[in-house]
Amino acid sequence: MNKKTKTPLFHVAKRGALRWYQAWAIRGAAILLALIVCGVVTSLVTGENPFAVYAAIWKGSFGTPRKMWVLLQNIAMLLCVSLAVTPAFRMRCWNLGGEGQALIGALASAACMILLPGKVPNWAILPCMLLCSLAAGAVWAGIPAFFKAKYNTNETLFTLMMNYVATQLVAYYCVVWESPKGSATIGIINSKTELGWFPVVGGQKYLLNILIVAALCVAMHVYLNYTKHGYEIAVVGESERTARYVGIKVERVVIRTMLLSGAICGLAGLLLVAGTNHTLTPTIVDGRGFTAVMVSWLAKFNPVWMIFTSFLLVFLGRGAGEIATKFGLNHSFGDILTGVILFFIIGSEFFINYQIKLTRGAGKEE
Amino acid sequence: MDNKIAAVTMRNITKRFGPVLANDRVWLNIYRGEILALLGENGSGKTTLMNMLSGIYFPDEGEIAIDGKPVVIRSPKDAFELGIGMIHQHFKLVDVLTAAENIVLGLPGKLDLRAAAKKIREICDAYGFDVDPDQKIYDMSVSQKQTVEIVKVLYRGADILILDEPTAVLTPQETDKLFAVLRNMRDAGKAVVIITHKMHEVESLSDRVAILRHGQFIGDMPTKSTNAQEMTNMMVGHPVVLNIERPEPEDPKPRIEVRDLTVRDIEGTLKLDHVSFTAYSGEILGIAGISGCGQKELLESIAGLQPVEAGSIEYIEDDGKREQLLGKDPLAIKEMGVALSFVPEDRLGMGLVANMDLGNNMMLRSYRSGKGVFTNRKAPYKLAHQMVDFLEIVTPSVETPVRRLSGGNVQKVLVGREIANAPSVLLTAYAVRGLDINSSYLIYDTINSQKMRGVAVLYVGEDLDVLLELCDRILVLCGGKVSGIVPGRGAKKRDVGLMMTKLGGNADE
Repeated sequence: MNKKTKTPLFHVAKRGALRWYQAWAIRGAAILLALIVCGVVTSLVTGENPFAVYAAIWKGSFGTPRKMWVLLQNIAMLLCVSLAVTPAFRMRCWNLGGEGQALIGALASAACMILLPGKVPNWAILPCMLLCSLAAGAVWAGIPAFFKAKYNTNETLFTLMMNYVATQLVAYYCVVWESPKGSATIGIINSKTELGWFPVVGGQKYLLNILIVAALCVAMHVYLNYTKHGYEIAVVGESERTARYVGIKVERVVIRTMLLSGAICGLAGLLLVAGTNHTLTPTIVDGRGFTAVMVSWLAKFNPVWMIFTSFLLVFLGRGAGEIATKFGLNHSFGDILTGVILFFIIGSEFFINYQIKLTRGAGKEE
Repeated sequence: MDNKIAAVTMRNITKRFGPVLANDRVWLNIYRGEILALLGENGSGKTTLMNMLSGIYFPDEGEIAIDGKPVVIRSPKDAFELGIGMIHQHFKLVDVLTAAENIVLGLPGKLDLRAAAKKIREICDAYGFDVDPDQKIYDMSVSQKQTVEIVKVLYRGADILILDEPTAVLTPQETDKLFAVLRNMRDAGKAVVIITHKMHEVESLSDRVAILRHGQFIGDMPTKSTNAQEMTNMMVGHPVVLNIERPEPEDPKPRIEVRDLTVRDIEGTLKLDHVSFTAYSGEILGIAGISGCGQKELLESIAGLQPVEAGSIEYIEDDGKREQLLGKDPLAIKEMGVALSFVPEDRLGMGLVANMDLGNNMMLRSYRSGKGVFTNRKAPYKLAHQMVDFLEIVTPSVETPVRRLSGGNVQKVLVGREIANAPSVLLTAYAVRGLDINSSYLIYDTINSQKMRGVAVLYVGEDLDVLLELCDRILVLCGGKVSGIVPGRGAKKRDVGLMMTKLGGNADE
């Protein structure tokens, strides 16, 4: 029984609360490390100079004023959907139907643009679009919410399935309203009259969308943190029993919050159709309903931090696209780099909560 | 007293959680053939210290020796190999498996349930346990689950046993049974450590006590040579008066009248069966009973949280006006102007939000009073500050999530908030469960001060001694029926105990 005792070299211990700048220093270091790893991977796999690749990623977002506007517009759209799903997430209600809710909002907007001209005064078209898209998104989220509140169905699966229904509906209407005939696409709606198009503000096509989402971001921050509704959402999310204990009607909060979530998704659909694309396709939302889940989680459901996380994801995505074209690399390579960077960012949260402690006197023999 | 080699020697053990010093250079010896009671207030570092012994935490500094040989315990597996087994407050069992399956779970070697069952029976016979190896965990009572946990560590060959507040969930009878088993183990030469708050348990069971205060080791001594008063003083650090006051009720008036209350749970089991009683203002009505005899359902029915099958619950105002509370939810009751406060049993599951800070938890009751759509965030934080001062809540700040506080402090936050509500009816369930002496007496005082204010207090308790000292009247529940209502002054513990187990007990003469 003369076994030498081995002291472990290190152990993991929980940290106390870090100051915000310490936490961000860790996150910054993680991004730096991620870039180094990306550079090594790039050199090894493609033989390209990693700095040229970084430069390309940078240029993908900031290369030209136009690219910068596109970047901002993409951030705004992703942020809009992320803001939409966040109230539900804070309630621990996993609304994965942002994609479908935005799509159905887009469908409602497009329907107004196509069907209303001539039937209502021109000035009334945009308000109608707004109302219809909000209502459509709300209904799309309200259906799963009703069943969750009433019968405790699983909102994750239900909202997910509603996405497919929305996609098929849009595909159907793309054929119904096809233009030109036989193309199975809608093409630019009201391209001559520009009815139902957002007005151009400040000479920039995308500026109005960006301003709307910025205002929405502030509003959502206030709503979640300073209003009674926001407080109720937090309590229901943390503990339904405690919510009932203080007399919060949990079912009502669930439905109300999902309606809000869906309505803002619907608004995102409106921004896409009336603000930028002026058309409708089944892929118009472009997976933002799902990317939004990541944006919201990475930002810990904080609307202001979500500006940064959506920037990060859009920036990486556009950079990936740029290197794909510039170096003739497969688009998947950009995705690999995005994956590496996300791995480091998510991993850094571990080091914010825990620290590795070296054992003092390690290796000492008895 | 170092004439025998200690089974466990902990030297200079220090453990930090971030800025919190949980254990500060603690020295502790544990001997075979001895039951050691580890005493200390909430948050004094008892559980942390034992967790380091059982491999859950790793000490930042210090050494541990088993039978005089230095060891390194890196994981629960290391601890098992050294013969250390810990029974936690919260059981770690798989509900859908049987006792035997749970016991062999994770062990290397071929799965031979029949041999395991045989060995389990041998252990049970040796120490006097009562376990059916083939019974599923979900079919078991709390005390049976605990027995499985104990057999589990014995099965793995543990001869150093640590029990973290094992009696908190047991009835007096079950506690007696457990203590008999622990004494058998001691006599078989095992080292037993028990963490507890209950002084009379320390006195009746342990051979030696060790006391921690604020993470530091204060001292140890043979139990015989000390008494509850001295131990309490050492725990708290200053003399404490161990008396519960019981002022006479002033001008009691009927406040809550319950008639023929009948409640079934979701499975259709009768939980309350035609329960009738009246609670008066300025009076503490104790509710005694073996756990699960309808106490929870009774309080939750009054609080508007429990669907009721039949009966009536009336609130009687000072002028005699009656209001039916049945069929109303907590919000509706509040809107009727009935100030009803409720300290539920499951503090963090109902009553508080674990991830929210003190201020936000104070806001649970008051958030609706803000202007327009906005919440008023200043008032609850101010209240939280007052509570921290008034109830001596130990917390880094009012912005700390309550889950980070120790059990006693969590309870103070909850009780403080409910009392700040200026209630006319106060419902409390196991208000001092898991609390140390000092905190318990603070809670008793607070409840008494509410009684003096003219509040009708319903106090569901498990400690009969306290019920008999604190309450003006005691309602005894037995299997969902009222077994009897006795005056608190002059009632005998034995009689109440009998009424708990048998309808009417011996009091029916």
